[in-house]
Amino acid sequence: MTDRHGRNRSAWADVVLLLIGACFLLPLLWLVLGSLDPAAGHETRIPQQPGLDNFAAVFTPELLFRPLWNSLLLSAGTGVVTLVAAVLAAYPLSRYRSRFNTPFMSAILFGTCLPVTAIMVPVYGLFVQLRLLDSMPATVLFLAATSLPMAIWMTRNFMDAVPVALEEAAWVDGASRLSGLRSIVLPLMGPGLGVVFIFVFIQAWGNFFVPFVLLLSEASQPAAVSIFSFFGQHGAVAYGQLAAFSILYSVPVLALFVIVARGSGNALALAGAVRG
Amino acid sequence: MAGNHRGRQLLRYLPVLPAVMLLAVFLAGPVLWAFHASLTNAGLTGRHARNPEWVGLENYQRLLQDPVFPISVVLTVLFVAGSAILGQNVLGLALAVLMRRARPAVSATVGTAVVAAWVLPEIVAAFAAYAFFSRDGTLNQLLGAFGLAETDWLYAVPMVAVILANTWRGTAFSMLVYRAALNGVPAELIEAAQMDGAGAWQRLAFITLPVIRGSIATNLMLVTLQTLAVFTLIWVMTAGGPANGSTTLPVLAYQEAFKFGDIGYGTAVAVVLLLIGAVFGLAYLRLLRDQKP
Repeated sequence: MTDRHGRNRSAWADVVLLLIGACFLLPLLWLVLGSLDPAAGHETRIPQQPGLDNFAAVFTPELLFRPLWNSLLLSAGTGVVTLVAAVLAAYPLSRYRSRFNTPFMSAILFGTCLPVTAIMVPVYGLFVQLRLLDSMPATVLFLAATSLPMAIWMTRNFMDAVPVALEEAAWVDGASRLSGLRSIVLPLMGPGLGVVFIFVFIQAWGNFFVPFVLLLSEASQPAAVSIFSFFGQHGAVAYGQLAAFSILYSVPVLALFVIVARGSGNALALAGAVRG
Repeated sequence: MAGNHRGRQLLRYLPVLPAVMLLAVFLAGPVLWAFHASLTNAGLTGRHARNPEWVGLENYQRLLQDPVFPISVVLTVLFVAGSAILGQNVLGLALAVLMRRARPAVSATVGTAVVAAWVLPEIVAAFAAYAFFSRDGTLNQLLGAFGLAETDWLYAVPMVAVILANTWRGTAFSMLVYRAALNGVPAELIEAAQMDGAGAWQRLAFITLPVIRGSIATNLMLVTLQTLAVFTLIWVMTAGGPANGSTTLPVLAYQEAFKFGDIGYGTAVAVVLLLIGAVFGLAYLRLLRDQKP
């Protein structure tokens, strides 16, 4: 009886969930249909003559490849800088006991709470004074700083899950702290580090406000900012191309998210295995 | 001997240095600079760009007299309450609860749809939301199909549009938090309540919610902080308009600093936003400390 009861409830939940899911997909419908419609406008409609003209039109170095390359530089750079700094910082915080740890981790956690948009005006001022406007490396360092608090927090948790006993065995064999970190700890944290890297990468890839304020010349703008080139100078908007570009720009992070969804499973498995 | 010990201790913490320097230069630096700049008449261009003058609390006095500022505070509170606390939080919990009762295939599919809106680059999500709510956009087409009158959402009710858009964009986070929290509720507790004849709503209200109250508090804090910082979505959809009808604090700070070129005044607005964020941040730390028994 409970079984039948359960199945009833299940069908009801299915219907409500599917309705909500449909609502979440609706705003994306325009992107997909518009990208396939050479005569796309604001409205959502089935293209009268569907085709890949929009995609063909944006497949140029200026419109697509350079912005995506800039996005890649920005996001990969941010990911690498963040990960290196986070691993270095996490090691002493995870392995040594000190009065310094708790206040430092509290400050880090507090840092994750900072509304980054609130500091964009002062950061712009700082970059003007230091003559760093339009500098890709400086923007990478700023993005890395904004994602560091979360990255240090996650990395330390992953590192805590690697037993010190494994490292101690290596030290007995004469390995140094550094080579212990490199040959024992980091490989065991591999999936966790992958999650942190992809997490930071996705955030940097999707960030609009930071490059919008700090990178001004067309040559250094990532896809998030160059997307405005589809808004013509006389108010004419190439909606079809805008939609096609949006899709091409979004696909990499959607793919990375699928990887992280699997990868975090692995990382959780690691945490579980160590505890059990 | 003691000095030697301390020296070794310092040396051990040397690897923290790169992270600390990055955080000091690019996070703590701008925050301190903000407090300083808000006391000057720094400009975006012109004479005051190179040599800002010290003006004391003038920017803050102006802030208190500016009719737009109180409107902006109210709109920010409305935005956070509507899209974070009500929208994302409640919808996220509802989704997580429903997903435990639905077929796995359905809950996986719907989960992907919800997460997709969250993973998209923010500018793409903002354009999609703009097109959805625009005069001849998808929403009006749907309403028209049901014979309902069209509304020019972005002009007539800009706050409703941006609140709905931000709920769409951010619910995935709450959903993921609550899915993890519900997985941690012991099944025996639920079964025992079921044996005692408690209905689904009673079990939710008297067993599940009290057990996950820690996650609820954490989630409320985090979505509030995230929503407080939302800029791109509002800026693309309405640019704060019409007539300041959706100018939340981040949009106001941006407009004053970059559109009207008054860095000093814009920074004063940013400082207010930072202080609000700091209050919530401290409350969050306190909450976490209290949760750790």
